[in-house]
Amino acid sequence: MSAMPGWKWLTDGGYTWGFLARVLGKALALFVLLNLAFVLADPVPALGRVSLYNGLLAGRERLPYGEDPAAYNLSLFDLNAMFASHTLAGPRPDARRVIVLGDSSVWGVLLENRDTLPACLTEQLPGTRFYNVGYPTMSALKDLLLLEAALAYQPDAIMWLVTLESLPRERQLDAPIVANNPARVRPLIERFGLGFDPLDPRFVETDFIGRTLIGQRRALADWLRLQAYGVAWTHTGIDQVYGEYTPRSNDFDEDATWQGLNPDATLNDDILALDVLRAGASLTGQARVPLLLVNEPIFIADGQNSDVRYNFWYPRWSYDQYRALLGDAAAAEGWPYADLWDAVAPAEFTDSPVHLTPAGSRALCEAVVPFVAAIQEEADAGS
Amino acid sequence: MDFPQIGILLAAAALYVLFLPARWRPTFLMVGSVVGLFWLQPTLPVRWLDYTLPALTLVIVALCWRLTLAPDARVTRADWLALALTAGIAALLLLPRYIELPPALEITSRPPPAEITIPLVAGLSIAGMLLARLASGTRRGLLAGVFVLAGLFVLLKFSPLTTTLAGLARSTTGQDAALASPVDLGWLGFSYIAFRLIHTLRDRQTGILPALGFRDYLSYVIFTPALVAGPIDRAENHGAAVAGLAEARLRDPARITTALGRIAVGLFKKFVIADTLAIFSLGPLTASQADGAGATWVLLYAYAFRLFFDFSGYTDIAIGIGLLFGVQLPENFDRPYLKQNLTIFWQSWHKSLSDWGRFYIYSPLSRALLKRKPKPGNYVIIFSATAATFIVIGLWHGITLPFLLWGAWHALGLFAHKLWTDRTRAWYRGLSDGRRRAWHVVGTLLTFHFVALGWVWFALPDIGQGLRVFAALFGIGGGA
Repeated sequence: MSAMPGWKWLTDGGYTWGFLARVLGKALALFVLLNLAFVLADPVPALGRVSLYNGLLAGRERLPYGEDPAAYNLSLFDLNAMFASHTLAGPRPDARRVIVLGDSSVWGVLLENRDTLPACLTEQLPGTRFYNVGYPTMSALKDLLLLEAALAYQPDAIMWLVTLESLPRERQLDAPIVANNPARVRPLIERFGLGFDPLDPRFVETDFIGRTLIGQRRALADWLRLQAYGVAWTHTGIDQVYGEYTPRSNDFDEDATWQGLNPDATLNDDILALDVLRAGASLTGQARVPLLLVNEPIFIADGQNSDVRYNFWYPRWSYDQYRALLGDAAAAEGWPYADLWDAVAPAEFTDSPVHLTPAGSRALCEAVVPFVAAIQEEADAGS
Repeated sequence: MDFPQIGILLAAAALYVLFLPARWRPTFLMVGSVVGLFWLQPTLPVRWLDYTLPALTLVIVALCWRLTLAPDARVTRADWLALALTAGIAALLLLPRYIELPPALEITSRPPPAEITIPLVAGLSIAGMLLARLASGTRRGLLAGVFVLAGLFVLLKFSPLTTTLAGLARSTTGQDAALASPVDLGWLGFSYIAFRLIHTLRDRQTGILPALGFRDYLSYVIFTPALVAGPIDRAENHGAAVAGLAEARLRDPARITTALGRIAVGLFKKFVIADTLAIFSLGPLTASQADGAGATWVLLYAYAFRLFFDFSGYTDIAIGIGLLFGVQLPENFDRPYLKQNLTIFWQSWHKSLSDWGRFYIYSPLSRALLKRKPKPGNYVIIFSATAATFIVIGLWHGITLPFLLWGAWHALGLFAHKLWTDRTRAWYRGLSDGRRRAWHVVGTLLTFHFVALGWVWFALPDIGQGLRVFAALFGIGGGA
């Protein structure tokens, strides 16, 4: 073997079989120890709090979500890393801080950050900074999970947008972010007596190997990718790819079922996870943070069979029952509540019954402003 | 090469070192490299091509080998055996067309029918071998070989011609020619193979090529670890390494530790550093999104370091695997971004390619110009030879205007550096040690930034966007 210029440190070792065996033995021992230490220390949550965002890099305006590398964004399950990358974790502004929770319509699918509801509200209500903590999966339990994490940032108020599609009890654990965070979700189920099985098989259980360094390699790689994407995000402001989309349909089959239920069914707490909303209200109440519940706008079709369905998601009977139930629950519990289901014109919906155009987002923003102002006055009076 | 492929090569190396009788090593290298040629070839959109292109590589290598045989040399029994073995492996790889193999053993996707392939390849090989026999060792034959390889290179690297050729390939296999694109002819490793072959043809012409049997010639040209991303070894080095394989101590702890160390470093450089930098490095999309000069510089720096870590990482892996098989490939990088001037940079960046350019373009062209009557001025000779060398090196990456500009950029840079050193030699010698060190720092920074700015042409296929990136880097214009 001849010399390797520049590799003296590697080639000048005078290696013997004993040396190689010791290196391999030590490497194996270190590998085992490191993996064991990883299991014992479980450093991923702590690592998640370490972030280049809000310091070296600009904080993200919305939570990381997406799988297209061209969007410099990714979906991950580590809430600490997700929140650490968000502007919410940045320097506290000299303004009231309101967190806006919800689904993809709040996150802003097909909307640039400047066109989202929180951005519009920040513009409309000087002295208040609204933070987009929406996340694109339909699950109120996912919102509760995010709410609990967001309360650690001591907001001044919470606005929570819901729709019927995020309430079916059977589907609450389908959201990957919920299923992959059993350690956070189970205590919520137990604390608030929520109607879910803590041992539900949809929870992703992490066995011993899964807790090792090797088992956690995906989480570590996600953390690293999140930081790396941050460089591109900081310098481009891009966190979503805006491509062509198929517009939401206006014509439907004559199908009046919803989640396998017929129009003669009665929606109740067994079917809808209203207990999750109660848990959210309880959480915010304990933190003395005002909560505004908003029934978000939906697309109201006028095409074929629109007398049966409001849209692709909702037959009229189920949505009407849901609205009545939510209104009753809000009245009974004393929640500030804004039912804005028809606040946006049908032309301002994009690819789903809840995704809005920039104009639609602005219309919703203008509709919600008086309600926000009211809870702020209430909070100010309370303090 | 991806992670699993590197893992398979390591496993093969372990078996080779531990169990293979030493006298079989050279033959195994050839057999392994032939299998590797088909195995690493990515699946292509044109039917059968991922089999046909590696098979064609074997035919071309056989013909070039025949051409490089000295006029008085004979094709030996060992050569015939190696040729037969190669043909046998290629024929065996047609089997998946007829029998269902487990996915792990599927080296090629659905190959072409044997009744077409075998007569075609055999006919092509026999005709070529007869022709090569007639032309063997002759100046005309060797030059013809070089021109055919260069022509093939142009066909594969010049997008309009490649598309036309892909259209023909599609028509032959009954596919829609309208969908033809250069991607259809993704001939794995051809750039490196062509340069190795040209090296042997030229060295035969100048009489310095050592005698190589077909087995060793083939394993030199298509040696699996160096197939995808080089380095471009020299035939005499490979020949010497293979000749010593039977006696080589491959179960040597120093060799194994060094090899595994190189591979580990290479894996880290490629899969951790380079792949992370790739997320935000300069490219057509990121360039168009960059918001201002600072952002564009970040993208450019990321691209510069990504390219280095990616390419040098691959080289480390190739050298490490080569060492395990008993073949020490040449170094390709030596901390290039820490060099004080562009001349030294090119002695430490992709060294095997720049050496090739020096041997087969710069030196012959300089000599030819020196012999001209009247003799051109020294600077004219230097500039012409440098420009020709770097334009060829640029076009080697692809026959496009941006690569041409990249080559010209470096040619101009090297020429400017030559002028500068000639005019400042006395001044430099008079500098105190401290000032000289400071000047080295300045030189390193200037060299790095000159190289990094040159990458703009390399990274962007559109000249207009390249110019806009240049403007953006210096705060001019509204972005790229």
